Amino acid sequence: MSMINYASREINCKVVYYGPGLGGKTTNLEHIYGKVSPNTRGKMISLATETERTLFFDFLPVDLGTIRGFKTRFHLYTVPGQVYYNASRKLILKGVDGIVFVADSQIERMEANVESMQNLYDNMAEYGYDLTKIPFVVQYNKRDLPNAAPIRDLQASLNPGWPIEEPALQRAVPDPVHAGESLVERQGHEWIGHAPYLEAVATRGDGVFDTLKMCSKMVLKTLS
Amino acid sequence: MAGAASWSFSENDFKQIQQHLQAFLRESNARCALLVDRTGQLVATVGDPPQFDSTAFASLTAADFSANDQLAKMIGEHEFASLVHQGEKESMFLADIAKRVILVVLFDQRTTLGLVKLKGKGAVEHLTKVFEAMFNRVGAGPATPEKGLLEGADDEIDKLFG
Repeated sequence: MSMINYASREINCKVVYYGPGLGGKTTNLEHIYGKVSPNTRGKMISLATETERTLFFDFLPVDLGTIRGFKTRFHLYTVPGQVYYNASRKLILKGVDGIVFVADSQIERMEANVESMQNLYDNMAEYGYDLTKIPFVVQYNKRDLPNAAPIRDLQASLNPGWPIEEPALQRAVPDPVHAGESLVERQGHEWIGHAPYLEAVATRGDGVFDTLKMCSKMVLKTLS
Repeated sequence: MAGAASWSFSENDFKQIQQHLQAFLRESNARCALLVDRTGQLVATVGDPPQFDSTAFASLTAADFSANDQLAKMIGEHEFASLVHQGEKESMFLADIAKRVILVVLFDQRTTLGLVKLKGKGAVEHLTKVFEAMFNRVGAGPATPEKGLLEGADDEIDKLFG
């Protein structure tokens, strides 16, 4: 739920990092916190257990810059990934403007990824939000691990695409990040849309800012 | 459509909100009042400027209120329209406004919880009217920012991300 304050000339948007437990959502935020100048970010709040597992959420406000005289501020949240925290996970999605799904690339975590993605769709639907219509980016994290599944397999399981019914949107859209791939393409008689995806190694910071940029840009474009 | 739902408010709305909050602070002798929307964004602050990180405070307030909402439902209540956190010296009173915004009042020993609650009730009623009028004006659908705010700003957005 982006909020535009004409009095203080601010645009505030909310981006939620979603995904299975131990997938690297908090690591994404920690990297951003560490790299962004202290002038442009606020304090990072983590509601975590003693073993550093996210209990409720992590929160990090970041100022991205000024557009048309409006300060654009993004509030980044992570959700607790563990299955049994669904009640609190759902609360964080309230009023979300953009979602980053952080998938764990390890083959062993495939089932957890799929379960979390399904849970995201379910929770969004309960609020009446349509994931295919709001800014949504998939990040395949832990690409450096030897047991990382091929991107093709991850895409097939987690980002297989959705049918695009609206005629105005039925046109080929190339994937700006991966040459030769498409975000919207024709498959037989149907037009299929995919969420953009990025590869990452969040512990090293690889792909972390690219993911944030991609999602924030999509969010700002929905306002234009 | 911007995300799930958006809203915006004008300088005039802002003035009205501040006037109501200032009147409330005078009557209740509370130190400071903040308005936070349910997604955790700080909308307004009136009174003594808070000495803490108000952005973080706002996000925690929204989480606190949402968690309590769910607790209310679990015990068969529709909602807890207000909450109180009482400390030795500093206390907080939180109240729902039009289901979209939370009024947070910070107060100390210069006043009493009873007075804050009593005067808070009137403030909530006034603010509910202001916010409902704002939301109605915007319409039931997702609030559209003033036409053209970011229209044609693609270049600027691109530049922002280098």
